[in-house]
Amino acid sequence: MKTRRLDNYGKINRDKILSFSWDKKNYKGFEGDTLASALLANNIGIVGRSFKYHRPRGIFSSGVEESGALVTIGSKDKRDPNVRATTQELYNGLEASGQNAFPNVNFDLAGINNYLGRFFAAGFYYKTFMGIPPFEWGRGTAIWMFFEKFIRKAAGMGSASELPDPDSYEHAHDFCDLIVVGSGPAGVAAAIEAAEKKLDVILVEQDSLVGGDQLAENNFDNSRIKNQLENLGIKIMTRTTAFGLYDNCVVGLLERVTDHISAPNVNIPRQRFWTIRAKHIIVGAGAIERHIAFNNNDIPGVMTVNASKHYLNRYGVLTGKRIAIATNNDSVYETAQQLSEAGANVTVLDSRTNLEIETNKSFEIRKGYVPYNINGSKKIHSLDVSKSEDINKSETINCDQVLLSGGWSPAVHLLSHRGVRPKWDYSNACFLPSDSKENITMVGSSRGLWNKNDCIASGIAGTTDALNRLGISKTNYFFPKPGGWKNPIQPLYEVKYKKSRSKSFVDYQHDVTTDDIRLAHREGFISVEHLKRYTTLGMANDQGKMGNIIGLSLMAELLNKEIPEVGTTVFRPPYTPVSIGALSGRNVGKHFRPLRVTPMHQWNIDHGAKMIEVGLYQRPWYYPKENETLSDSYIREASTVRKTVGICDITSLGKIAIQGPDSSEFLNRIYSNGFSKLQVGKARYGIMLRDDGIVMDDGTSWRLAENEYFMTTSTGEAAKVMSWLEELLQTRWTDLNVNVTSVSEQWAGVSIAGPKSREVLNNCVDDSLVVTNNNLPFMGVTSTFLKGNIPCRIARISFSGELAFEVYVKSDFANTMMDLLWENAKKYDGCLYGLEALGALRVEKGHVTAAELDGRVTIDDAGLSKMASTKKSYIGSAMRKRGVLKNNDREILVGFFPTNLKETFNAGTIVCEKNNIKGQGIGRITSVTYSPELGHWIGLGFVKGGLDKWKDTNLVGADPVRNKQMNLKVVSPHMIDPNGERMYA
Amino acid sequence: MIRINCPYCGERDHSEFSYGGDATINYPSLDASEKEWTEAIFFRKNIKGFQFETWHHSNGCRMWLVVERSTVTHEIKSVKPCHPNLQKVVENNK
Repeated sequence: MKTRRLDNYGKINRDKILSFSWDKKNYKGFEGDTLASALLANNIGIVGRSFKYHRPRGIFSSGVEESGALVTIGSKDKRDPNVRATTQELYNGLEASGQNAFPNVNFDLAGINNYLGRFFAAGFYYKTFMGIPPFEWGRGTAIWMFFEKFIRKAAGMGSASELPDPDSYEHAHDFCDLIVVGSGPAGVAAAIEAAEKKLDVILVEQDSLVGGDQLAENNFDNSRIKNQLENLGIKIMTRTTAFGLYDNCVVGLLERVTDHISAPNVNIPRQRFWTIRAKHIIVGAGAIERHIAFNNNDIPGVMTVNASKHYLNRYGVLTGKRIAIATNNDSVYETAQQLSEAGANVTVLDSRTNLEIETNKSFEIRKGYVPYNINGSKKIHSLDVSKSEDINKSETINCDQVLLSGGWSPAVHLLSHRGVRPKWDYSNACFLPSDSKENITMVGSSRGLWNKNDCIASGIAGTTDALNRLGISKTNYFFPKPGGWKNPIQPLYEVKYKKSRSKSFVDYQHDVTTDDIRLAHREGFISVEHLKRYTTLGMANDQGKMGNIIGLSLMAELLNKEIPEVGTTVFRPPYTPVSIGALSGRNVGKHFRPLRVTPMHQWNIDHGAKMIEVGLYQRPWYYPKENETLSDSYIREASTVRKTVGICDITSLGKIAIQGPDSSEFLNRIYSNGFSKLQVGKARYGIMLRDDGIVMDDGTSWRLAENEYFMTTSTGEAAKVMSWLEELLQTRWTDLNVNVTSVSEQWAGVSIAGPKSREVLNNCVDDSLVVTNNNLPFMGVTSTFLKGNIPCRIARISFSGELAFEVYVKSDFANTMMDLLWENAKKYDGCLYGLEALGALRVEKGHVTAAELDGRVTIDDAGLSKMASTKKSYIGSAMRKRGVLKNNDREILVGFFPTNLKETFNAGTIVCEKNNIKGQGIGRITSVTYSPELGHWIGLGFVKGGLDKWKDTNLVGADPVRNKQMNLKVVSPHMIDPNGERMYA
Repeated sequence: MIRINCPYCGERDHSEFSYGGDATINYPSLDASEKEWTEAIFFRKNIKGFQFETWHHSNGCRMWLVVERSTVTHEIKSVKPCHPNLQKVVENNK
């Protein structure tokens, strides 16, 4: 193939020369070129190697259907593999390289695969699953285990950068009355009609210019159309692909903002992911020209006919000198004439014998001829052709290019995303879109219209349809009939050629040949969905835009059926590939999810806290002194709390204000324990069950006044509990006069725990009498003031098992409160303690948290049967008595000690009987800690039958993940101060 | 994407809402039998077509809504507050 740039053709800007590199060599192109057109202008024919056989591949098309010219753009962290050279705009300094080849695409060592084709036929790797015949036939997978790593290494085309993506991406949203996909004659006509009828219109075009297929016309004026659209106020989005249609006329767009710019402003995102909510969608996505399957139909120099017209008229590149065009339809003749006028020697082989074509006779037409074999490997030397009815009478045409047109497939993909199956049209040999019940209208050649005037008429009809469906007008309209060629198309999908090692490609990108389709059929994969998966037909990143129909026709022939009986696979989004970066947008790194901090977050950090994430919250983990490790630190903190006093930020707990005359009744229904008799000025620990009797959450509720409660929930379940309470009040108990408000952000909370906590608090409150044992007994609540006139709520609640208080102030006073408490705690050698020490203290006491209350545990399992009232009904009270929840072998909360007290264990350890270490064992350890009080490791967890059953038995903790095993004994979960003497002190 | 016309906030993306469940269940009284509760909690119709379901405008006004939605097409026929008093307010404001 000899490709060259012509002086008098093309709409590229010849005043602006761009330099780019291909496989490390420098070349020149012009502004307005794509990488493909620039490569062709530089006479570069081989741009890639095929997927399995590593055959040389050239440029097949001029658009998104490209399945040969897949290249890698950029290098290092900007390396972007599998980019279609046909859609990549050229920019100054663009670096491109061939892929799937070593050392390069011109000379590729793996080209040997071409001669090993029989080992790489369809499903070859599935067959390795079956084992080595005859020894392991049907049972073993040793051969797969052996070959897997080679197959995996060889699979795939380009390789993505493993470095972090340096580009930024954005999510954007918009609304409109009408979105028009495609700016060909039909789309533009629809958009103009709609804008004139005062609709708010967005016009989306994947190309850099509006015009669609008109861009391949030699006298097309793009700017006139663009001005007209802009003057009507239409929002034009070029370089933007509508990649998917979704429910309710929502369209997903990918806008390539800087992919065509050599040194983009770093403040501009590389790509934008748009969500457009429209009232109506018009799709004028065009049609895609098919190739024809015959032997060696993939040699570089093979191209679709329309692509060569694009290269000639848009880019000024003549793609061959001696060009053979093989066709079965009328669409090629204009191109043939233009190519010959441009200086090529053109021969058209038309499979049809009866046809009337008016031409200027500048090229030869051979009626009733088909191509059956290309001679050449890296370039085309000649084409073997024959009369279609008698393949034996063959002759050879000398040529350097073969252009193919096996018919056109309307781009029905977007409609297919909505579950609308296309219907086969015999007279046009293509699938046509069916009507959609949704507000989606197909126009132009995507509904099978082959001439421009019909397309324009269909665009106007499409907008009329939209106006009618939106209730704006009631106008009669009609769509032109599909078709529009003078001579009917003659189906031509494959020309058979019987010679060993001949390869006739159906799907270029995945190297699926006609023989693969036949093999799949022989092996029983006759449904199209199975055929697709077995042969990988249409599963490459072009998603079978060119080859699918050929594959279907072959299967139809093998089954003696018609194409519509065989059916078609469903197209799913995206229409063309969407980068993962665009999908994630700005939700990367620390913006991956929201960050929640407590109002004393900075105060904690300033006082040495190391933080840990708990859900979305940052909470103090531990407060190391010099050189202290995590375990040094938490052991010191926990011991300090038991000895003197410690202060812990507990703001992340959920907080809900419950107000109204029926508040007591409400709490009494949602908690398993009684709340109706809770006095004003008292708090109570409560457990909420789900409808099905399983524990949902635990927390405390403080009765502040007759009709006002302050509820705390666990950190993790705060949002769920809030929604649950709202659901109950708004859907089930609509007669209750209760209002719930989330006040989690409004209150900052600390726990002050330890034998000296009362003394510390005493120094911090305005009125020292409020926290005496008489005035504030265990579970007492008071609303009072901290020094400095800071209003606060104090409850005497203990999670650590020590004498302890929870103090809440309005969030703005958080730092003042911390300063005050800490200043006084220091006087008693107190400490700040974090989540790790908090965990140690509560495990010692056998208090449960989210690790234990995991949505599978009942009140009885958690050892809290006393919390289940027998005097009232509440949410879950009926269902918690279900038989399955009352089985004797349920796992019950227990404590664990290692038998050898010097040993450690981890949460997640499986508890087993000594001689039966397997499966899920008889229980599990959920939380562990070193106990400063006891001087060894302890754990909380569950075991079938509980403490009573296993009290004096030696059990085994199996921890296969960490490769550990230890002897265990089961103890009461209340490992220290079981009678709570310290709390009541 | 499903778009839900919240009676208080207007039409919004479904990502602002949380799905609740079957809106037609009459939950038994708290002292009802295990059998009645089992019926209410575990047994659901698998409707093809329009069904009434609850949605919570959790990232909006926090209202619980009854949405009449087609399980086939996602078409939404009606959206009402669950709470009868709120329903009346919406009706009166129409």
